[in-house]
Amino acid sequence: MDEQAPMTMAVDRHDDFTVLRPEGDIDLSSSPGLRAQLRDITESTQSKIIVDLKGVPYMDSSGVATLVELLQSCRRNEIELVLCQLGERVLSVFQIARLDGVFTIADTLDAAREHES
Amino acid sequence: MAMEPELSISFYSRPIYLGCIRQMLDALCGRLGLPSKEAARICLAIDEAICNVIRHGYENDPDGRIELEISRIGGSEPQLQIDILDRAKAVDLDTIRSRDLDEVRPGGLGVHIIKEIMSHVEYSHRDGGGMRLRLRHALPAGGTKGSLKTNG
Repeated sequence: MDEQAPMTMAVDRHDDFTVLRPEGDIDLSSSPGLRAQLRDITESTQSKIIVDLKGVPYMDSSGVATLVELLQSCRRNEIELVLCQLGERVLSVFQIARLDGVFTIADTLDAAREHES
Repeated sequence: MAMEPELSISFYSRPIYLGCIRQMLDALCGRLGLPSKEAARICLAIDEAICNVIRHGYENDPDGRIELEISRIGGSEPQLQIDILDRAKAVDLDTIRSRDLDEVRPGGLGVHIIKEIMSHVEYSHRDGGGMRLRLRHALPAGGTKGSLKTNG
């Protein structure tokens, strides 16, 4: 049996921002694949990154750790990172880990696009 | 005499099973009368506990065995009890603790999440090797939908 769950992620590149849309649960079976995809994308962009989590119904701490790595990479490269459209379950993980104040979190994609650090 | 678990599942230490276990637990919590938000939190805690066994106990060896034992403790304050058992390396109990959350770094959040959600968290060594993690969470009194045997 394949030990990695498939992790699909749409990437929409615009002039001044890139929207990433992962789809599906992000847990220990899928976060390694997501981490690899995020690494490739951050190496090839200099503009703001928006991670739209509308299509992610569940995330565990391995998913949160993956996004913390992305945040650290963005900070090193002076790239703004905004998370948006977090469902109640996903937002709850960030709140329990007390990371909801560390990430910039927007309610909608429009708000994420308009946010300026 | 040790009480028999209501429900027992045994599986390999492979992350691919996490989604199935969450779905089963979510359904069970609903049947026990827990609101969906509480059920989701319990699923997260169990997911984190199993991930810790896979990553730290078995060090990502996919051929370890993990058992999940679920019981309901009755009485005036009923509780859901979930034991997670493994035959991985024994861990020094004093080293199992939450990390400082002020330090923003990836990893190390599992124990904090488990302790934040579950009312009782108890690690112990098993006879014959391995670890037992016993977790409890309050259940609504008389909230069970349908028949589920009550221990205690």
